[in-house]
Amino acid sequence: MAGGKFFGGIHPKYHKELASAQSIEQMPLPERLIVHFAQNLGAAPKPVVKKGDAVRKGQVIAEPQGFVSVPLHAPTSGSVQAIDLFPHPVGADMPAAVIVPDGKDEWAPGLNAPRNADGFDAEKIKGIIRDAGLVGMGGAAFPTHVKLSPPKEKPIDLLIVNGAECEPYLASDHRLMIERPAEILEGASLFARALGVQQVIVAIEKNKPEAIEAIRSAIVERRGYSLRALDVVYPQGAERQLIFALTGRRVPAGGLPMDVGVLVQNVGTAFAAYEAVHFGRPLIERVVCVTGRGIARPKNIVAKIGTTFNDAIAFCGGQRGESGKVISGGPMMGVAQYSLEAPITKGTSGIVLLTREEVAQFVSDPCIRCGRCVRVCPMLLNPSALSIFVERLRFDDAEAYHVIDCIECGCCAYVCPSRRPMVHHFRRAKAEIRSKAAKAS
Amino acid sequence: MLTAVIALSALALFSSFLLAVVARAFAVPVNPKIEEVEGALPGANCGGCGLPGCSELARRIAEGKADVDACPVGGESVALKLAAIMGKAFEGGAVRKIALVLCNGNDQVAEKRFHYNGVRDCTSAAMLFGGDKACLYGCLGLGTCVGICPFQAMRMLPNGLPAVDPAKCTACGKCVAACPKKIIKLVPIDKRVHILCSSHDKGAKVRKICEVGCIACTKCVKEAPEGAITMHDNLAVVSYDFDIPDAVAACCPMNTIHVRALDGAIERLEEAASVSGGAL
Repeated sequence: MAGGKFFGGIHPKYHKELASAQSIEQMPLPERLIVHFAQNLGAAPKPVVKKGDAVRKGQVIAEPQGFVSVPLHAPTSGSVQAIDLFPHPVGADMPAAVIVPDGKDEWAPGLNAPRNADGFDAEKIKGIIRDAGLVGMGGAAFPTHVKLSPPKEKPIDLLIVNGAECEPYLASDHRLMIERPAEILEGASLFARALGVQQVIVAIEKNKPEAIEAIRSAIVERRGYSLRALDVVYPQGAERQLIFALTGRRVPAGGLPMDVGVLVQNVGTAFAAYEAVHFGRPLIERVVCVTGRGIARPKNIVAKIGTTFNDAIAFCGGQRGESGKVISGGPMMGVAQYSLEAPITKGTSGIVLLTREEVAQFVSDPCIRCGRCVRVCPMLLNPSALSIFVERLRFDDAEAYHVIDCIECGCCAYVCPSRRPMVHHFRRAKAEIRSKAAKAS
Repeated sequence: MLTAVIALSALALFSSFLLAVVARAFAVPVNPKIEEVEGALPGANCGGCGLPGCSELARRIAEGKADVDACPVGGESVALKLAAIMGKAFEGGAVRKIALVLCNGNDQVAEKRFHYNGVRDCTSAAMLFGGDKACLYGCLGLGTCVGICPFQAMRMLPNGLPAVDPAKCTACGKCVAACPKKIIKLVPIDKRVHILCSSHDKGAKVRKICEVGCIACTKCVKEAPEGAITMHDNLAVVSYDFDIPDAVAACCPMNTIHVRALDGAIERLEEAASVSGGAL
């Protein structure tokens, strides 16, 4: 297959060693969970519990609204103490249910039982995955069953299991691949069956040799499966860049991977699919990498959805000194948090704590048009011109220069000698363009 | 030499004849009033009337599709001129409006939730948790309104709030539209009593995060003439249809109500801001 290196990209310091040797640990139940209703891209599910209700582990607490939406489940048994606005790690205050665990961790009936999935057909698998509330766990939280339901005219011939984990610091996918390679491959085979795909590639960056080894030894007995070790360059794990690097296929602007016959799923999502189909466990917990020099003991933890950052940080020995910044996700694409009351959601792959010295405080200067951002933009955009358009509030021009295709990877901001907040500009432009389109329709 | 002169002259003659014919044949009838009206308009192309620019408004006024006072910037004087041009009656006498920022939570009195280090623009800042102010309704103080004002009528005060220069403000409404918190209103310049808060939070929360926010105690509603101040979702709102006695301001326990005629000079306001933290 063709492929090779995608255009642009950067080589940041990875700092993966902080957490990559830490085995995944189960975090004990915290005293309360803040479970956001909006945890998937698309329509947020509608709450079906109210204050004072008793819930059991895995019970549906919010029903999906429409196709691009998934149900939400109670992460443990207990009672709903309140429904109120709480900070959501994506950067807004949103409604969430506060669940106080009763400590019994009692499953709702019919869940958490091993079953033989051999006879399940594609529709059955997709149904289970939807009902288990699965979303893409690399960070975007797009409902998985939607990705598994491409229209007839766009057949998929290749499934890519994304274990690139190119974000600096994060090591949760890395650990999952080392510790659960067979389960990840089984989850991938469920996706492959749901799509009728024969060919599966597991893609891992070369800086994770143990993960590569673990997957390699687990993959041998699976026909049609292959492992590809990728060059270490950020953003290697971005969907479009990954597809190009592996196959040479280019996803068209504004299109989806299905337009070139490919589906990409994160390793964490594959693991969650395995749990859902083989054991009837909905998505109520996930692996989160709590790392950075601002945390006493960096760890990879399995935390219940709704665990606050405060509780997760306390479990990892607390903050070391005074944190300068706490980021949900990785340092390149994550969102800085103002409150540690923000909880872990289905899309939270990591919590990165930076020390005060590591956080640069700077004033951004005018663009000097050096073109470094143009050289690193993996989407082949012109970030320099775009940022200037946005500063001048010329959103029509930004649109004409395809700002909407920006994947917000942050390479441009990383290399900018004027320290311009490029991605912030582009997010603003995208918001303006979308609201204009919404008004027009 | 001679041949060249004759040839070029002939060519010039022929071309001018052609141009004359074309000009006649394809002439577009233009209403002469459009030009006259456009001349009378301020020519700032600010968009305050809601149209793309002064020429478009001029066309509409000349065609009778817009009123002579449709230009918010020109005010009464321009309206009178336009009325004369169009031969329409125009009474005048309407009170001029200016922009007013309905938040007085400056850096000293309003809490901030975090240190913001992103794009210096209110709309961009509001995209991250609604901005750094603990009050989700408060002025973010990054000067988007100041930057967008086509008349340089606004400026940032050292206390982190914008001030409007009454002499320069034309009530074009650009700042009103640009403010992501929607806390700028156009108010009649002759009114003196203003409630400088836009928070719909409950009183207990306001007390925690801002020293000068409306806590919805409703004292002013009772003090003011019936209907002049009304409660809207935990916020007292002034109706500028009424004249409210200055004394009403004294009843506010949070100093949210300010007495100030808006027609003063900006220097006086800056002085006031440095003393009491006023946003007027």
